[in-house]
Amino acid sequence: MNFFKGAKRFILSCAIAYVLLKVLFVSGLATQYVEQVILYALVIIIASLGLNVIYGYTGQFSLGHAAFYGIGAYASAWLTHAFSIGSAPAFLPVLLFSGLFSALIGGLIGLPILKLKDDFLAIATLGFGMLVRTLLDNSDRVSDVLGGSRGFIGIPKLTSLEIVLAAMAILVPVTRNIIFSRYGLFWQCIKDDELASTAFGIDTGRMKSMAFTYGCFLAGIAGGLYAHLYTFLHPSNFDFLKSIDFLIIVIVGGMGSITGTIIGGLLWVGFIEGLRIVLPSGMLDLRWVFIPLFLIALMMLRPYGLISRRESKILGIDKR
Amino acid sequence: MELLAYTIQQTINGLQLGAIYALIALGYTMVYGVLRLINFAHGDIFMFGAFVAYYLIAKWQVPLPLVFVITMAATALLGLLVERVAYKPLRSAPKISLLITAVGVSLFLEYFLSLQSIFTPNYIAFPRPFDVVSHDLGPAVVTNIQVIIFAVTGASLVLLYLLVYRTKHGRAMRAVSHNRETAALMGINVDGTISFTFAVGTACAGIGGILYGFAYPQINVFMGVMPGVKSFIAAVLGGIGLVHGAVLGGLVIGLSEVFVSAFVSSTLRDGLIFIILLVVLLVRPSGLFGKRSEKV
Repeated sequence: MNFFKGAKRFILSCAIAYVLLKVLFVSGLATQYVEQVILYALVIIIASLGLNVIYGYTGQFSLGHAAFYGIGAYASAWLTHAFSIGSAPAFLPVLLFSGLFSALIGGLIGLPILKLKDDFLAIATLGFGMLVRTLLDNSDRVSDVLGGSRGFIGIPKLTSLEIVLAAMAILVPVTRNIIFSRYGLFWQCIKDDELASTAFGIDTGRMKSMAFTYGCFLAGIAGGLYAHLYTFLHPSNFDFLKSIDFLIIVIVGGMGSITGTIIGGLLWVGFIEGLRIVLPSGMLDLRWVFIPLFLIALMMLRPYGLISRRESKILGIDKR
Repeated sequence: MELLAYTIQQTINGLQLGAIYALIALGYTMVYGVLRLINFAHGDIFMFGAFVAYYLIAKWQVPLPLVFVITMAATALLGLLVERVAYKPLRSAPKISLLITAVGVSLFLEYFLSLQSIFTPNYIAFPRPFDVVSHDLGPAVVTNIQVIIFAVTGASLVLLYLLVYRTKHGRAMRAVSHNRETAALMGINVDGTISFTFAVGTACAGIGGILYGFAYPQINVFMGVMPGVKSFIAAVLGGIGLVHGAVLGGLVIGLSEVFVSAFVSSTLRDGLIFIILLVVLLVRPSGLFGKRSEKV
């Protein structure tokens, strides 16, 4: 019951958001396209939260987060196909399993590569991301359903507003609780100074791999939601640029801030999709000219993001 | 016999690709040496070199030796510009900020140059200013393109080796790479040396771009991404910061890529490269030639 006590504000906010969005969708004020974009933004926030745990809180830089998102997406799509799942209650265990599967892969790959630091870790995770991309491109050799470079088609559309908001209402407070538990403090210690953390007696290897595994778990669940939102998967949806998306959301929102990730995700998807409406179709390519410039400017002016290490009251965190 | 001849032929093809990777890897390894930065934009500077050469050859019919000189100058200028505008303001920033900036520069160059009014996102046929001649050497065939690639790469490597190990500039580079602060105390112009290193490294990438255009005559704004990543892996494999390491790493990566394509499957070749990377980083992070427990 303590969980609900601590998370009551956030769950209440989710409920309010649910009512507002539901009215928006049912009344027809929002087109199907807008509905999909809003759900997508929430899914992206869950995955970015995973990267924030890995990078923002624990300081382990990863350029391969999209790979775990993709692993979760493919795992969940394969499961709904294999067990021909078509209803929301049966979809929840699938999501949980896709998250766990991603976490398992993340934990296994994290054991060796988390020994690396900074830019070498970046290159190793980048390499892992490209390896996963190659394997997904060749996945039709293993099972024809996976589709390889043709893409995974015919996934049932199971992701709804209810499921996405329920996932957020559970995962965000759980993440918050972990961050503010002793483990979360260990993670932040490691980010500040790994050597000093070892000196304090923190098992840095175990803590880093714990953070990495949990981050991949969140990415896997988000991947499962994504697969059943767009009903089509292609390996190119999970490449390097997607990892950069997550990174930008974490940095824009603020490293080490859950509130920041939520705001960053909404801003990012709003920005990308907003430009799609504002810019004429010929100018759409300009988006990716300005995004990197924005990223570089951010690194020079606010390298830790807009809302670093601060939280909204909605999350129910007392000042310590 | 058939298989042997095929293997020899594929070895030559692999060395051709490896030579180009080696040229790109040199830039990575030198920049990493002096700045401890993975210059993500390096692959895009290689692409820029290929496009400059394309314009020089196809549009203005510049003679071949001049193409090399002008392309090297152009890529070196772009390298200097990137260093001055994007990396220099962040010299004392955390390592990851610098890395994210490098990723940003790389994406910017790709998407800016792919605008319709600049290089366009289309594939463009790269012209050859000479006819392709094949020399039959018994079991295998060597084209004059391959001869040019081996000759140019070899000459560049010798010159670079002399530059790094026999000149004052080279000594300054090695000193900065060893310890930046101490080098500055010894009166070495650290900023100047870093800029010089960028210029030399990106000029090598420019040569790589021309040769790549000759060997695989189709260029595109995004062509630098994969060769860039693979060349960086080559630099890590050989031992980052080492000139001969980058060359050997490039050749190994080129050969393994061609052999996997030839004997296993061309769609799996990228996978193998990254398995090599993961294994090297875990088993011997300082690379084949690096001193043990030097870095990471």
